[in-house]
Parts: sequence; C-alpha cells; structure tokens
Amino acid sequence: MNTLTICRKELSSYFRSPIAYGVMAFFALIVGYFFYVAVVFFVRRHLESTMMGQSVPMDVDEWVVRNVLSNVSVVGLFLIPMITMRLFAEEKRTGTIELLMTSPITNIEIIVGKWLAALLLYLAMLALPLISLLSLFAFGKPDWRPLAVGYLGLILQGGCLLAIGAFVSTCTKNQIVAGVAGFGICLLLWVLDWVSSFDSSPLYRVISYVSVTSHYESFSKGVLDSKDAIYYLSMIVLGLFLTGRSMESMRWRA
Amino acid sequence: MIKVEGLTKRYARNVAVDNISFEVEKGQIVGFLGPNGAGKTTTMRMLTCFLPPTEGTAEVAGFDILESPMEVKKRIGYLPETPPVYPEMEVIEYLNFVGRIKGVPKSSLKSRIDEVIEKCAVGDVRNKEIGKLSKGYRQRVGLAQAIVHNPDVLILDEPTAGLDPNQIIETRDLIKGLAGGQHTIILSTHILPEVEATCERVIIIAGGKLKATDTVANLTSSLRGVESVAVEVLPRDGTGPAWPSDVQHRLEQVPGVARVVRRESKEDVAHFTVESLQGRHVRPDLAKAVIEGGWHLNELHAVSLSLEEIFLELTGGSHAGHHDESEPGEPVHETNPTEPAAVQSGEQQ
Repeated sequence: MNTLTICRKELSSYFRSPIAYGVMAFFALIVGYFFYVAVVFFVRRHLESTMMGQSVPMDVDEWVVRNVLSNVSVVGLFLIPMITMRLFAEEKRTGTIELLMTSPITNIEIIVGKWLAALLLYLAMLALPLISLLSLFAFGKPDWRPLAVGYLGLILQGGCLLAIGAFVSTCTKNQIVAGVAGFGICLLLWVLDWVSSFDSSPLYRVISYVSVTSHYESFSKGVLDSKDAIYYLSMIVLGLFLTGRSMESMRWRA
Repeated sequence: MIKVEGLTKRYARNVAVDNISFEVEKGQIVGFLGPNGAGKTTTMRMLTCFLPPTEGTAEVAGFDILESPMEVKKRIGYLPETPPVYPEMEVIEYLNFVGRIKGVPKSSLKSRIDEVIEKCAVGDVRNKEIGKLSKGYRQRVGLAQAIVHNPDVLILDEPTAGLDPNQIIETRDLIKGLAGGQHTIILSTHILPEVEATCERVIIIAGGKLKATDTVANLTSSLRGVESVAVEVLPRDGTGPAWPSDVQHRLEQVPGVARVVRRESKEDVAHFTVESLQGRHVRPDLAKAVIEGGWHLNELHAVSLSLEEIFLELTGGSHAGHHDESEPGEPVHETNPTEPAAVQSGEQQ
C-alpha cells in the first residue's frame, strides 16, 4: 500500500519533470533509427539473394527482431542511469528524505516503491519500439515467441540496472554524480564481457559472467535460459539490498 | 508524553548530545533553546527516530524510540528546519501524499486535509505548485504536513527561521493555536523572545548538555523581583562638568533605590542604570528627582530581565555560569536588552 503511494508519487514527479519525456523521446529516436536500418538491410539482402537466384532462407526474427533488441539493450545501459539518478539523490539534497524516514513506513517500502516507479517508466520506454516491431506482423510472419522472450530479457536486464542505479543514487546528494557514477557502472557491467575473448581461464569466465550483456544474448536469440533469468533476478535483489543498506547507513552518517 | 532518559549522541570526534534527560507533559508547548550547534536538531532527530542514539533512550507517547519506532513515528509530526516539500507537487497533492504515508485512513483523509488546510491557512494556494510559493507559505505547508495525521507530539525545528517579521508572528500564533491540549509541542530555536512568546516551558541546552529546564515564568521570576531602570539625563544650562555626579547623588537618594551605576557620561548626556530594591516601584520617583533637580530627563525605561541573562549565565556567555538552576545574576546591563524584537538578528536574514 505504502509502496504504491511512493511509486505513484515518484512516477508523477517523473512526468512532471522533463526527464521522462526527454528519455523517452531520445529512446524512440534512436531505436527508430535502428529499426529502420535493420529493416532496410534485411530487405536489401533479401532482394540481392533473390536476384542472384539463390534462395537463402531469410528469417525476420533473426535479422530484424534480434538485431533491434540487442541494440535496445545497449541503449538501455545509457538511459537507465538518467532514470535512476534522481531517485534518492534529490530527496537527500532537498531534505525530503527526512520526511520519508520519519514516516511510519519501512525502508523496503520506500525502495521498492521507487524502483517500481523507475521500472514502470522503463516499461513505458520499451513500449515505444514495440510499435515498430509489431508492424512487422502486418507484412510478414515473424514468430512472436522470440520477441516475447527478448522483451522479457530487456525487462529483467533493465530491472537489474535500475536496482544498481538506485543504489548509486543513495550514495550522493548530487544527481549529476549519481548519473555519471551509475553510467560508469552500467558501462563496466557491459564491457566486462570482453575479457571472455582472451581465453577461458576460470578468472575470465567469472568476470564475464558478471557482465549484464552476456546474459542478454540468450534472451535476444529467443532462448529462455533459467541461468540467465536467475542472474538478473539475483542482481535485482542484490541492488535493492545494497540500496537498503546504504539508506540505513544514512541514519548513522547524518 | 515525552520522556527522555540519558540521551547521548556521539560522533567520531565530538559529542553532539551529552546525556540529556527531561520530561514533557501532555499538551505543553516546550521551547528547546540553545545557540547554534548546541545539539537541538540532533536531539529532535533522535526523538523522531531519524537518528539512533548512541546511548540512552526516549519514550514518545508511551512508546520507546528504539523498541517500537513505527509506533512512535505514527504519533509524531515533524517539521525539519527546511520544510520537506516536493517543489513540483501541488499543495493538495503533497498533503495527500504525506497523509497516506503517515497512515491516515483513506476514509478520513479528505476531511483531515481540509482541516489542516484551514488551520494552516493555505487554502488560497491549495492548487499551486509548492516550488512557486513564498517562504512563509512553504513553512505553513510544512506545518500542515506535520499535523496532517493529527499526531500527539509535534516537533518543530526552528519553525520561524528565515521568515519576515509578519510571517514570524503568524507562525507563532499558528503554533500556539495548535497546542490547546491536542498536541504536545517541542519547538527549537536560538531566539530567546520566541520562547517567551510561545512556550510554557523551556529546556536550555548548550554544547550538547542540558543546562536548565523549568517553566518560563519560574526561570524569570527570581529576576523579576529586582527592577532595573535605564535613565538618560541631559544637563541644565550653565552646569559645571561635575553635573553627572550630582545627578547620580540625587538618584541614589530616591527611596527604594539599591544602586546607581553610571554607565557613560559626556559633556551633554549621562546614562545611568538604577536598580531598585526587591518589589519597589521607583520609576515615578526617579523622574521626579531628575526634574526637581532641574536637569532634563531624556529617557527612562525599565530594562526587563529577559531570558537573555539566564541564557548567558547558563551557557557561559559573559558570566562564567556554573549554576544548574537560574539565579539572579548581577543585573548590570552593558547592553540594552530591553526590546527583544530589536535584537533578533537571526530573524533579519
């Protein structure tokens, strides 16, 4: 109940500031471009192969949906810190955190409420490329299942990065610092994957396992792997747990 | 209603609040008085369960702040030094939000909000964004927020800081109106007249230590017996340079006068501070004495012994005080603390 109250308040302040509109507009623009490129590329390849007389089987799911979704997951990395940066930093700066923490609500309710609001904004953002992706159904016969799994992956990945971003936001009073630090961490979690190309020593395997993007691959292929789902869910719990610890520590440091 | 026992807050390098104990009864308005950095805010934050105490505990409305913080939070309304408002929200929306998280039942939320809007006189801005309100209105919204769940205890941290004189008077009246048996109020301030104007009891702390706790009347009554009068005299025409001594002599002869202190005198003006004996009213006689002596009486007024003296004494200002209870200090006034409003430098910002 209190969680929903916090969530509603948070959501309304997103849509009252330019943040929600700005993030959604840029996301729509970038993803729209990706979609356009993917579709044009697909159509050209298809035309070429028919003209050459070869009939290479072309799959919309593989060529368009998977491409667009992987790109969306990367763009998400850049935009998520902008969603989470104000969550706690702003409340700390204006002193309203004191109101929340002296109200008869638990820290968990506050944290989950805020995280949920950020997740809802992220979902609204994800709904935008869905419009273009669904238009594929009007012209072709893509399979809806890989698309659904891909979206589930996006939501899980987003939830995990949002939880981490929320944690970063509790560490500072300054939104910009929270944004930049959050972005740095998101970026790092993305590129940690790169070490896997060196060799497959246990250390590199562990490091690349921590990477957020390595777990998205299976989702973008339309494969629902419980290992990856569990990774995301546990990262969400970890992020929210750290947020809780950090909030608790505010009481001791204030 | 509030029972504080040995409350202590220690940081790595300093002790912000040092073993404070006091009690506040239901329906009282208590002033929490101390210079900046005395530990007022820290104490209030501990009472509101925002900060955990290092040692000691407190009981608010029958619940321990350590054992049942949720129950305490339900019964406390808290206005921090800067009102905790969301600038992008409308007043009504904000009160709605606060009412919900403070646990006001949905059925009575609307009537509660209407009530506090009425009480805090924010009706004409109810649909305005808080960020666009003046500081005075924002403070009132902050107060409305603190009482929206009808708490037993109200804790206000410097409720008048940064307001203009009119707003200060309005806010004080508002706070006094809130008492009336319903709420027990603790308000902190570093401005003495504020305590005299609004509070029944006063708790004085300095350097994290409790210096005194008593009723405002009791604290001042011991000083009230002795009246202190400031007199300013101009010379009559054709007097010698020794005329101030003559005046002093004459004033000392007035019945009921205990002591006359000459504070400064120039060629053309002389200032005296006259102390009366206990319970004697000497001002009319002083005036008569000056006039009959042929001098010109330029000014004569009673120097009220305000909390300022007690405060200086207790916090080790001009007199190195080591009394736990107030005693009449030497009522010789180097400065002129007559009109309290004139020395509220803190409120002029």
